[in-house]
Amino acid sequence: MAVISESRSRGGPGGGAPPTSATAWSTVLRVVEHRAYQYRRTFRASIFSSFGVPALFLAAMGFGLGGYVDRSADAVLQGVSYLQFLAPGLLASSLMQTGSFEASFPILGGLQWSKIFHAMVATPLRGRDVALGNLAWIALRLTLVGAIFAIMIVAFGASRSPLIVLAIPVAVLTGLAFAAPIMAFTATQRRPDRFAALFRFGITPLFLFSGTFFPIESLPSFLQPVAWLSPLWHGVDVCRALMLGTIGEAPLLALVHVAILAVIATVGALLAIRTVGARLGKG
Amino acid sequence: MTQTPATGAARSSKPSEPLIRARGLTKRFGAFTAVDGVDFDVAPGEAFGFLGPNGAGKTSTMRMIGCTSPISDGELSILGMDPRRQGADIRARLGVVPQQDTLDNELTVRENLLIYGRYFGLPRAECARRADELLEFVQLSDRGKDLVEPLSGGMKRRLTIARSLINEPDVMLLDEPTTGLDPQARHLVWDRLYRLKQRGVTLVLTTHYMDEAEQLCDRLVVMDKAKIVAEGSPRELIERYSTKEVAEFRFAPGIQETLEGQLDGLADRVERLPDRVLLYADDGEAVVIAARERGLHPETVLVRRSSLEDVFLRLTGRSLIE
Repeated sequence: MAVISESRSRGGPGGGAPPTSATAWSTVLRVVEHRAYQYRRTFRASIFSSFGVPALFLAAMGFGLGGYVDRSADAVLQGVSYLQFLAPGLLASSLMQTGSFEASFPILGGLQWSKIFHAMVATPLRGRDVALGNLAWIALRLTLVGAIFAIMIVAFGASRSPLIVLAIPVAVLTGLAFAAPIMAFTATQRRPDRFAALFRFGITPLFLFSGTFFPIESLPSFLQPVAWLSPLWHGVDVCRALMLGTIGEAPLLALVHVAILAVIATVGALLAIRTVGARLGKG
Repeated sequence: MTQTPATGAARSSKPSEPLIRARGLTKRFGAFTAVDGVDFDVAPGEAFGFLGPNGAGKTSTMRMIGCTSPISDGELSILGMDPRRQGADIRARLGVVPQQDTLDNELTVRENLLIYGRYFGLPRAECARRADELLEFVQLSDRGKDLVEPLSGGMKRRLTIARSLINEPDVMLLDEPTTGLDPQARHLVWDRLYRLKQRGVTLVLTTHYMDEAEQLCDRLVVMDKAKIVAEGSPRELIERYSTKEVAEFRFAPGIQETLEGQLDGLADRVERLPDRVLLYADDGEAVVIAARERGLHPETVLVRRSSLEDVFLRLTGRSLIE
């Protein structure tokens, strides 16, 4: 009862608008808490695949394919093994894929199938909290997946610098640069039909052509500037510089990359607040 | 739920003040007007209903009261607050049972309650205490650890009702609380809602079932085509818009159309439906006798008391459920 009256007293004159920033963030955290409750159920399977997938990729691409590449491509990679070249690309693109997935099907589920997000906005929570809470949850997920990926990379001897620790947040930011705008898009959809196209024509080509598997300098020269349009490339480039220990050679470029990712993620989040809010406030 | 926070809070405020007050309340979706300038008041402790067919604007009205859908025009005050500015504060004191279940199927029954309590900023221990009480109240204690998915429709409804009570709300909003449930499950839900009503919880519900409205509502408004067409207690509405009794005649196929004029004057009012004729009079038996004397031979005859269905038919010329 005391709790109830406490929550009531919050609504003093001019309520409605969040009274303090502390209260504003606590409502976002409730959504994170809900997602954590759900995650507890799939935690084990999820952790298992978080370790397994990087191991498979690093073994197949790094040792298998890398064995061929290293014999002939020493000139291109300048003394770096293919596995070491590849690992940062896999880290960043793995978080791109996790972020994109988490912002599509589970979000549509909450809006359209289970409608749990509608249940949330029937309480003091708002559309803004649903959008930001889910993005915060995705950031946590990405951090976990990225940290495990980084551990596997180190275990495979595929990182040349302890700065791989900083590559984790950069890869998380890369994932959010996809998750936030995709969440904004998801909130405008009623069926998952367009997700297939999004992954086929958006995510997969980016995965292949953003410097993950080969330096973008290998692309025809007219295509190289296109890489700048790929959020993934910005993430891969910074992660690679950090993990190869070459970040000192072009620190400004790395900052520009990070700034671009931050802008995309922020604009995406603002759009998501709008579209999720609009979706939950009508119908 | 051993006591009623609702009444305590409601009565401590000015007793004459309605909990919900709407004047000229309007909801538009583009060119379509879903709710067209409705006025109503809901008093503390009252069970107030919106009765009407699908598409009458009931759900849109409920969503405006629930502060999940902004009002397009008019005035709306809930618990003395303005939904445009104080939506979150109002929602903190409402318990909402939406038309479609919005439970989290990935969580257990009890977890659904716990997490919902957290939305209201309740401490975890308090959430746990209330969750156990509420599970008992809706007779789901033995299902607490089960996932929501395999529950029957009636159980999910009861869980949704329990969930809506986790914040000990001042007002419960129930949108079509028993639509889609089998009769036994409906009665279980009605029984729980009736208990809440007896504890003084203010209930606002929509329904297109006249029996539900008659069972639960102290007062109701009849909605049709985005407008309120009548207002009163179920008894008042029946007295005002219908007769005490109704005689229903069903004729053999093809006969009803040949009865031009033969039914005139038999009753206060005659209503021809596609499959039967309704004759409204205070003494239904007398109508039956008079009809027989005129040489009318319906295949079946039923004399019954007037219901809200008859009120709706009178007001709109249509049945509630088609």
